[in-house]
Amino acid sequence: MKTDDKWAVEAHGLVKTFGENRAVNGVDLTVPAGSIYGVLGPNGAGKTTTIRMLATLLQPDAGSARIFGHDVVKEPQIVRQLIGVTGQYASVDESLSATENLIIFSRLLGLGRAEAKQKAKDLLEEFGLTEAARRPLKHFSGGMRRRLDLAASLIAQPPLIFLDEPTTGLDPRTRNQMWETIRRLVDQGSTVLLTTQYLQEADELADRIAVIDKGQVVAEGTADELKASIGNSTLHLQIKNPEDTAVARQRIEQVLQVQTKMSSLDGKITAPMTDADRVTDLLISLREANIHLAELSVQKPTLDEVFLTITGEDQSKESSKKTKNVEEVSA
Amino acid sequence: MSRSTISPTTHQLKNHTSVTQTIRHSLTMAYRGLLKIRRTPEQLFDVTLQPIIFTLMFTYIFGGAISGNVHNYLPVIIPGILVQTVITTSIVTGVQLREDMDKGVFDRFKSLPIARISPLAGALLADTIRYTIATVLTFTMGYLMGYRPDGGIGYVAIAGLLVILCSWAISWIFAFFGVIARTASSVQGISMLVLFPLTFLSNAYVPVKTMPDWLQWFVNINPISHLVTAVRELANSGVIGWDLMISLIGSAVIVLIFAPLTVRAYMRRT
Repeated sequence: MKTDDKWAVEAHGLVKTFGENRAVNGVDLTVPAGSIYGVLGPNGAGKTTTIRMLATLLQPDAGSARIFGHDVVKEPQIVRQLIGVTGQYASVDESLSATENLIIFSRLLGLGRAEAKQKAKDLLEEFGLTEAARRPLKHFSGGMRRRLDLAASLIAQPPLIFLDEPTTGLDPRTRNQMWETIRRLVDQGSTVLLTTQYLQEADELADRIAVIDKGQVVAEGTADELKASIGNSTLHLQIKNPEDTAVARQRIEQVLQVQTKMSSLDGKITAPMTDADRVTDLLISLREANIHLAELSVQKPTLDEVFLTITGEDQSKESSKKTKNVEEVSA
Repeated sequence: MSRSTISPTTHQLKNHTSVTQTIRHSLTMAYRGLLKIRRTPEQLFDVTLQPIIFTLMFTYIFGGAISGNVHNYLPVIIPGILVQTVITTSIVTGVQLREDMDKGVFDRFKSLPIARISPLAGALLADTIRYTIATVLTFTMGYLMGYRPDGGIGYVAIAGLLVILCSWAISWIFAFFGVIARTASSVQGISMLVLFPLTFLSNAYVPVKTMPDWLQWFVNINPISHLVTAVRELANSGVIGWDLMISLIGSAVIVLIFAPLTVRAYMRRT
C-alpha cells in the first residue's frame, strides 16, 4: 500500500452524468498536501458533485481520483479514514443535541464511551457551542449549525477536509469566524478543499484556485496568477452624452490600441490599461473631439473579473435554493 | 510559511470493516435511534394506541359471531391481533428510514469509515423497542379482558420474542421500500398494499374452515398464518411446533434476501 505524501487529491477526467445533464464533465484537480485549495464556480457548475465523488459519496461515471494515493472507488473505506466532509447543508442530526451528535460520530469513529464524551466537550468548547450543547439542533442558528458540522468533521483529525460552500447563507460576522476557523485548521496541518461561489472567499483563503464552470475546470492557479491571466488594470469611462459613445470608443481604441468593451447596463466603456502614461494622450484626444466625461476610474483586476471573463456573463441567473426548504418542511 | 502537515501514514489502513466493528457501529446507530425516540416520544403513539383500540374493537365485534362469546374468542384473537399489530408497526420503520435518509446526516454516515450496513441495521434494531411495546400492550390488554394463556408466562414470553424477531425480519422488506421509494408517503402506501391482504387473508381473525376452498389454499400457505399458529401453540398450549420452525426459517430467508438488497440500494442512492 503506497501513500503519496505530496498530493492530497489527484483527480483525472472525472465525469458524472445525471440523466441528460453532464454535471461534471472531465474535471482534473491536483491539491498539494497542507494547503487550502479553492474550487470556485457559479451555482450548478458541478462543484458539489465533484466533492461528493472525491468523498466517496458518489461513484464517478468515468475518470479516477486518489486521496493521498488511495483510489476513491477501489479503496473507499481507506479514503473515508482520511477525510472529513462538511456538506452544503448541515450534515448533523436535527432531532438530537449538539453533544449527542458529536458523541455518536465519535463512537462511530472508534472512540470509547469516555473518550467520546471528552472529545465532544472539547470540540464544543473550541467552537464556542458549550452553552448550546444540550439544546436540540432545531433551535440552532445557521452559523451554529455550520460550526457544529465542521466540529463533527474534525473528530478524527483527518488529514484532508472537504468544505462544501462553508459560508453560503451566513452573515458577514459569522462568515469571518468561519474563515478564522478554516485558517486555524490548516495551521494545525490539515489540507482543506473548499468550494465557494464567493470570489472574495477564494481570494482570502485559498492558496490555489480552480475555476469550474459547466462541469469543467476552466482555469487554475494562485489568485495572483488568475488575476494576471486577464491582463492589467482596466480603465472605466462614463461618457456624459451617450450619443458620443461610438466616437469615444473609436478614439480610445486608436490611442490605446486595445479593444474596448461596452457595458449594456450603465453604458460604461471599459478598456485594458497597459501603460498609464497613455491615458494622458487619451484624455487630450477626447477633449479635442469635444467629448465630455461623466466619470473616469482605474480598476485593478479582481477575481470577479477573472471569474466573469472565464465563465461567461450569464452567471447572474442563479438557480434558487430549493433543497433547503424541502428539508425544513419534512423535518 | 512552514506548516507541519498531518500525514496519513500514522497507522496501517484497512479497506474492510471487521464483523466486530460492524456490530459496534450498528449498536451505536441503534443508540442513535433510541435517542431519537426519547426526543420525540410522540412517534410512539401508534404502537401504544393501536394495540389497545384494535384488541378491544375486534374482540367485541367478532367474539360472539366466531367463538360464541368473547371469552372463548380471546385465545384465537390475541395471537392474531398481536401478529397483525406488531407487523403493521414495522411499516413505520420503512417510512421513518425514508424520512431520515432525506436529511443531511446520512451524508455524513456515508462519508465515515463505518460498515455500510450499520445505519440501516441500527435503525431497524432500535425499532424492536416499538415492537416490544406493542407486544407487551397487546398481551396486557388480553389479560385485562380475561385472557389466561395455558402455556404460562414463559411460553408467552417466547411467543412475544418470536413475533418481535419476525417483525424485525419483515421490517427489512419495508426498509427496502423505504430506500428505493422517493417519498415517505409512498412507502406507507406500498407497504399497506402488501400487508393489508397478507394479514387479513390469514387465520388471524377467523377459522380457516369457514372460508371458500380457493381462499383456504392461500390462507394455508400465507406465512402470516404460520406465525399466528406458532404464537397460538406457544401461548395457549406451550407447544413448540413445526409452525415455529417455518416462521424462523421464513424470517431468515427474508433477511438473507432483503438485507443485502437494501444495503445495495442504499449505497446506490445519493
